[in-house]
Amino acid sequence: MRPETVIIVGAGPAGIRAAMVLAEHGIRPVVLDEAPMSGGQIFRRQPQGFTRSYAKLYGYEARRAEALHTAFDALGPRIDYRPGALVWNVEGRRLQVLRDGVNETLAFDRLLFATGAMDRVIPFPGWTTPGVYTLGGAQVALKHQACAIGRRVVFFGSSPLLPLVALQYAAAGVAVAGVFDTTPRRAKIAALPGVLAGGTTGLKGLSYLARLALKGIRYHHGITPVAAIGDRTVTGFAYLDAGGRQHETACDAVAFGYGIKSEWQLADLAGCRFAFDADTHQWRVETDAEGRSSVEGIYLAGDGARIAGADVAAETGERAARAILADTGGPDQGAALSTIARRLARHAGLRQAIDRAFPFPAHLAREIPDDCILCRCEAVRAGEFRAAIAALGPDEVNRAKAFSRVGMGRCQGRVCGPAAAEILATELGRPVSEAGRLRSQPPVKPIPIAAFQESKGDAA
Amino acid sequence: MTEPRFMRVGETSRPVIRLAIDGDPVEALAGDTLMTAILTRRGQLRMSEFGDGARAGFCLMGACQDCWVRLGDRRRLRACTTFAAEGMEVLTGAEEGIDAP
Amino acid sequence: MTGRLSLDVAIIGGGTAGCAAALHLARRGLSVALFERRTVGSQASGVNFGGVREQGRDFAELPLSRRSRRIWDELPALIGSDGEFMATGHLKLARDEDQMAVLEAFATGAADYGLAVERITGNRLRADYPWLGPKVIGATLCRSDGQANPRIVAPGFGQAARRAGAQVFEHEAVRHATRDAGGFRIETEAGRQVTAATLINVAGAWGATVAGWFGDAVPIAPRSPSMQVTEPLPYRVKVNVGVVGGDVYARQTPRGNVIFGGGQGWNDMATITSRAGETEVMAAMRRLTGILPWAGGAHVIRTWSGIEGFTPDDLPVLGSSVTTPGLLHAFGFSGHGFQLGPAVGEVLAELVLTGRSETPLAPFSIERFGGVLAASA
Repeated sequence: MRPETVIIVGAGPAGIRAAMVLAEHGIRPVVLDEAPMSGGQIFRRQPQGFTRSYAKLYGYEARRAEALHTAFDALGPRIDYRPGALVWNVEGRRLQVLRDGVNETLAFDRLLFATGAMDRVIPFPGWTTPGVYTLGGAQVALKHQACAIGRRVVFFGSSPLLPLVALQYAAAGVAVAGVFDTTPRRAKIAALPGVLAGGTTGLKGLSYLARLALKGIRYHHGITPVAAIGDRTVTGFAYLDAGGRQHETACDAVAFGYGIKSEWQLADLAGCRFAFDADTHQWRVETDAEGRSSVEGIYLAGDGARIAGADVAAETGERAARAILADTGGPDQGAALSTIARRLARHAGLRQAIDRAFPFPAHLAREIPDDCILCRCEAVRAGEFRAAIAALGPDEVNRAKAFSRVGMGRCQGRVCGPAAAEILATELGRPVSEAGRLRSQPPVKPIPIAAFQESKGDAA
Repeated sequence: MTEPRFMRVGETSRPVIRLAIDGDPVEALAGDTLMTAILTRRGQLRMSEFGDGARAGFCLMGACQDCWVRLGDRRRLRACTTFAAEGMEVLTGAEEGIDAP
Repeated sequence: MTGRLSLDVAIIGGGTAGCAAALHLARRGLSVALFERRTVGSQASGVNFGGVREQGRDFAELPLSRRSRRIWDELPALIGSDGEFMATGHLKLARDEDQMAVLEAFATGAADYGLAVERITGNRLRADYPWLGPKVIGATLCRSDGQANPRIVAPGFGQAARRAGAQVFEHEAVRHATRDAGGFRIETEAGRQVTAATLINVAGAWGATVAGWFGDAVPIAPRSPSMQVTEPLPYRVKVNVGVVGGDVYARQTPRGNVIFGGGQGWNDMATITSRAGETEVMAAMRRLTGILPWAGGAHVIRTWSGIEGFTPDDLPVLGSSVTTPGLLHAFGFSGHGFQLGPAVGEVLAELVLTGRSETPLAPFSIERFGGVLAASA
């Protein structure tokens, strides 16, 4: 039988583990990663020339990060690793890959998407003002660039990243103006047993709160964001406390977020079927128990398949790789798959507790004021979006996009999509799962026209 | 001009590189992204095309597409995922009239 | 929600022409329902390039196109929205002398229809359009041509039709239609049973299928023009640009995005999906920089397509059925129906109400394809 070409897109925990398993079994996968260095987001490596230790960079996760990086580097020639590669389209059994300004068409037989996730946000007044970033973005600045997004930073939202990033900033010597959680305290308390049952991972999460307290940083519960104040730069953060009283905290930067969302645009182009996942309150690609999508030969793993964090990502990466091995006539993977399933089962309870402790506050999206920018790419305000819905009566979010330009810009609705769907669902009087899902269109990220000028073919 | 947006908190002994931002010669450090090179000097990265003010990036991981800047040769680069390089001439302002043929 | 409906006019297809016909007929007091398998304007009418162009058309289309152009100016009064229509002009480019001769011939012939087309060559070409690539040697300009936002035009007509009293059913494909002594009997995929005195087939790429139910034979090819758009750029190209041969065309919106297309992508009629097609996308990017080198510094942020019916002679079918009284066809606009849609709706309404149109329709007769199918059961 002809050896199959297996391509892995993404070199984070899921993609790396999958590559390791395939390489162990004599398959040399092509590993395409958009980043210049492997590791993914949470275990992102610092650029060459930076000298901070693993302990300093990754804290509790230092050993895990180092193990991941070491294991990937040890793969060497056993994989065909291509960093800096933007996969911008899937058509049939081909990928279009842009790398170093040169486009290449890559054919595949099996394809694993380990494309990770990005921050999920809900627009609020002032969120496009210089100085407002995502929680993940604030963390990238620190870990990848040894920079803080400001000198006195407010952190808010509903996300496991919230206490973590705030603590990392405090540890780096940056003034933390306050940590503001939109989740009411009672919801946190209700989730506590699940977190405690989650073993060391759950305890680590709780320890972030304790360490913030030790540093004298107040963790507010049940707040409602009002605005990032400031014209050309952020000067403060206005919020309502749990009792509904408005306050303002002086700061020069704000980091916020409401968990993360899967980057599934390529799987969408490949024609994979989607389902709305109520636990994480977002759309995800349907897979079977071993990561197979609805499209023959296409697999998913990691946060790109379902938000569950780095540990689970690695397990699902291995699982998908073993599914690929089984599907290509390799040895039976039953025993290994059972082991993975047992390990994943142990994570499930904690994951559910985390989803409960940091729920997505959909009501904040529904309540976005009319004059607040909803789509930052196209600078369309929430009121304009609502007016387009009223005028032309779209029945799902792609129609609303066509009528309003919300989600039509450079990011293709990655940023504003969740909030836009909530607003539309409210206007339609339906649950958000019935408001539809913004479809992806090639290219999944902007591609430079200049890169396509030198190719052979019919130059104008 | 607003105060620099980013504050370095370490890793400052890297080699110095030189580039120009809107014609102003500036120093950055090897390993800086264009975003870091610009925002450790300035408060903003670019102007929104639609008149709603300045932007300074948002997600820092190549997803939100809100940090595109230009080079002198008209190339457009995403500042958060592009490393600054010696001699780059970065333009952050609004693009001007018609290019000479 | 299903049930029975008894109508004066049933319309199959929710493009601009169908919605406009529904609007005019409802305003005249007829009972009208329109059935659209997806949503109004979800295929050719709604996802096209957005050119509102008379220049370069087959002369047979010019009377209809001239009529439509007048309606474009009146959209706010007609549907309550201008559809973002702007008379930006359309500049058609020649890249060699033969192409220039083609342009000149059109300009001369167009004068007979009262359409003004100017020749622009030499220094004036460079002075007026400094962004043009060096391979362009001349052009003709039709100032009254323009552009509009296709995403909102057909839906705008659809909403206006609803306000006028027409029923517009979306996500409700017609499964089959027949005619007997009592008129047309139409069954939708939702199980709705409809009777109507008149049936209008404006089903675009599906038009030949509907025609086939009544034995009218039309060879239609479903094609998917390949479209793309850049990030916003400074607003410079304030005129639509096309070329002889049509292998690339471009316009810039006042927001700055350059919308361009060329060639055909692909589609799957079974699943009703279409894509711009990566091969065509990459080829069109190369052709674009041939006419607008300046755009070479930009990024493409999105590509798309839709499904449109093309006839062998690229002219639409517009008029009465050969086989079936009371059946009207308007489809096969072959990738240039956006500008025509508003007038087609008026013409269809005229045909229903008076049996004739003030616009010459002979070139669009379905009879030119000569075939009559054995009517299917």
